[in-house]
Amino acid sequence: MNTLKTLAFSMLTLALFSCGGDKKTDSIPTASTTETTTTATEAPAASGTNEYDPKRGLGPHENVDVSKFDPAMAAAGKKIAEVKCTSCHKPTEEKLVGPGWKGVTQRQTPEWIMNFISNPDPMIDVDPELQKQLELCLVRMPNQGLADNEAREILEYMREIDGAK
Amino acid sequence: MKSLKLLGLSTVVAITALTGCKPKGTETAVSGDAAQKVYVAPGKYDEFYNFVSGGFNGQVNVYGLPSGRLLKVLPVFSVNPENGYGYSEETKPMLETSHGFIPWDDQHHLSLSQTNAEVDGRWLFANANNTPRVARIDLKTFKTVEILELPNSAGNHSSPFLTENTEYVVAGTRFAVPMDDENGDVPIDSFKENFKGVLSFIGIDQQTGGMDLSFQIEAPGINFDLSHAGKKKSGDWFFFSCYNSEKANTLLEVNASQNDKDFIMAVNWKKAAELVKAGKGRKVVTEYAHNTWDESTHSATSTMKKEVVVLSVEDMKEAMFMIPCPKSPHGCDVDPTGEYIIGSGKLAALIPVFSFDKMIKAIADKNFAGEYDGVQVIKYEAALHGEVQKPGLGPLHTEFDGQGNAYTSMFVSSEVVKWNIKDLKVLDRQPTFYSVGHLMIPGGDSGKPFGKYLVAYNKITKDRYLPTGPELAQSAQLYDISGDKMKLLLDFPTFGEPHYAQALPGEMISKNQVKFFKIADNKHPYATKGEAESKVVREGNKVHVYMTSIRSHFAPDNIEGIRVGDEVYFHVTNLEQDWDVPHGFAIKGNQNAELLIMPGETCTLKWVPKKPGMYPMYCTDFCSALHQEMQGYVRVSPAGSNTPLIYSLNNKKDNAQSPVKEGETK
Repeated sequence: MNTLKTLAFSMLTLALFSCGGDKKTDSIPTASTTETTTTATEAPAASGTNEYDPKRGLGPHENVDVSKFDPAMAAAGKKIAEVKCTSCHKPTEEKLVGPGWKGVTQRQTPEWIMNFISNPDPMIDVDPELQKQLELCLVRMPNQGLADNEAREILEYMREIDGAK
Repeated sequence: MKSLKLLGLSTVVAITALTGCKPKGTETAVSGDAAQKVYVAPGKYDEFYNFVSGGFNGQVNVYGLPSGRLLKVLPVFSVNPENGYGYSEETKPMLETSHGFIPWDDQHHLSLSQTNAEVDGRWLFANANNTPRVARIDLKTFKTVEILELPNSAGNHSSPFLTENTEYVVAGTRFAVPMDDENGDVPIDSFKENFKGVLSFIGIDQQTGGMDLSFQIEAPGINFDLSHAGKKKSGDWFFFSCYNSEKANTLLEVNASQNDKDFIMAVNWKKAAELVKAGKGRKVVTEYAHNTWDESTHSATSTMKKEVVVLSVEDMKEAMFMIPCPKSPHGCDVDPTGEYIIGSGKLAALIPVFSFDKMIKAIADKNFAGEYDGVQVIKYEAALHGEVQKPGLGPLHTEFDGQGNAYTSMFVSSEVVKWNIKDLKVLDRQPTFYSVGHLMIPGGDSGKPFGKYLVAYNKITKDRYLPTGPELAQSAQLYDISGDKMKLLLDFPTFGEPHYAQALPGEMISKNQVKFFKIADNKHPYATKGEAESKVVREGNKVHVYMTSIRSHFAPDNIEGIRVGDEVYFHVTNLEQDWDVPHGFAIKGNQNAELLIMPGETCTLKWVPKKPGMYPMYCTDFCSALHQEMQGYVRVSPAGSNTPLIYSLNNKKDNAQSPVKEGETK
């Protein structure tokens, strides 16, 4: 049921994007995507333009400072991940329900990662990499209701997996 | 029932013939733009939430208005296999009573919480008529969060009705019964000596909504039917309709209709509360259950209470009065100004309207006609504002539009009659095509009605829809009351029998909706926060499975080492943190129901396997493209066998590997 809704919504969202996507608030407020839609509408990248930045993604996060590594933050991120993420993701390269995390911080920018994990649905609809991934995994990544600081902490944990010190 | 319907119908014809109008057929009842007025386009929301009593199925049903679409069924007093309410270990205590676990009741009336006599969208109160109880539903989650049993009562009919700031919920007994601390094993024909009609006043905590049986009043042994609190100037008072002032105990349809007038009983609840505070009243030893739901542990607790303070008629000398009211009054409704109290006699051919100011003056002037069982009876004329003459037959319930008009349902003549409260003139009448019972205008019993729509709920079904066997679909009809004349817009089917209902603007509720439970706030003692914590623990013959669910698997999904005779508790935590992604949980052969677990919630299903074998379990609520794959097995061995207790997720050699784990034994 939810999948159907999400599918219907994603088709609508795509349609909106392809024709300018200016009146997004008029779209069907389906349950699982209302919040994320709002976030996307408010995001700087989405306002007034239909240009999607595949380096940044869709969402509130931009210019994430990763010049230093913070082990305490990474530890906090690991804890959150064990509640909300590791049901589907392994810290290795191995695919479970979703892809393994190893190497993700080398493939994607910090902004993209934080936007995606806190605003998955709208990004899956437009991001070419995520579209490819969806064809492999067939499960849309659930929105796990991450707070901004939680998304940052998970990013730090991912960086640790990839060898940040 | 059929002959009643025929009677009802023939009366319609007779009445309409009498008033000289041509009988209106259903064909002409609806004007051209009715469909447009109730059409809510896909993706658009309805304007109002309409909470309708589920009658004898013990639930509350939520409809959208004006579309008449059913949005949700809320289990309150009845078990519900759809989501495991009353079946899951957490919800079982909600249905505990002093008589034990009761999986059913008869749900009649509803009351929305109010602030300053206006609906506020916080809570909904519901009554159980059979085993007297009052429930509170939290409108953030649409969950039943509290149920309070009522001692010294039977047939909790005149409830739950609220004071204008939700200070008290009232519950008057329909059946007079002996008090709980007296011997109930008495001859029924000793009714007049031994039977009492008790009114309960449930105090409401303004912050939490928590209910507490503050006190009761031991009134004469008459039948209390309905009630409403006053508001504004009459805000300190409650009014109850009473029938069977004859105190008959057999063939009431004849023997309780002997007196020309019964009563509306006026009770000053503020004075009563002060009397209790001053130490009046006697403590009655009894037993009643108080069941509460804890939102952080997702679990209910049932506590048995042992005592209640009861005020006598003598205590209430200055705070309780009777007003005579024509034959067998049913509805007892107070207009939005708080000045007019409208009694509706089921057997009366007129509607008496009482004036609060006049009632107060009559009390001050001691303008009494005598006493009834120690209660002063105010002279009928002294309290009367006037009578609506020839309104129709069988007036039952009155609602208000906030424009000075009243709308009364006419059971026998099957119509809704609109009349002016001040001059008591009939302004309009519309047929209902079935024997009508309750009426509802959103906010229509508050100080501020949203006088746009009126819904008439049937008492006796008629063939409004495709026939469905000997029993026909129950029904509601929606009228546009924004103009001078009522306009029928829509029929929609309901659960039977739809008693009272309440409605309020959708946005008052939707803005506060809980979308999911934050997993970090989950304080359930068996919560599993993350798959790493999932485990299986044996304690003697009890096995606790700490299980998680997420799109699209359970952890663990394979369990071995369960034995016949074990009590297995599946504590399933839904790890999703997204709106509207419940997961179901069901297992073969379970003599129970399923679970439907909301995002971030933990629910527990008890399962006692009866024979060895392989038992699949699966998710019942379609959750993703791979929903069908969300399943697992439990292996059950004979009693006494020593199959090791193990559990796993994804332990196949030819796949991504996870370890097979040993269960813990305590």
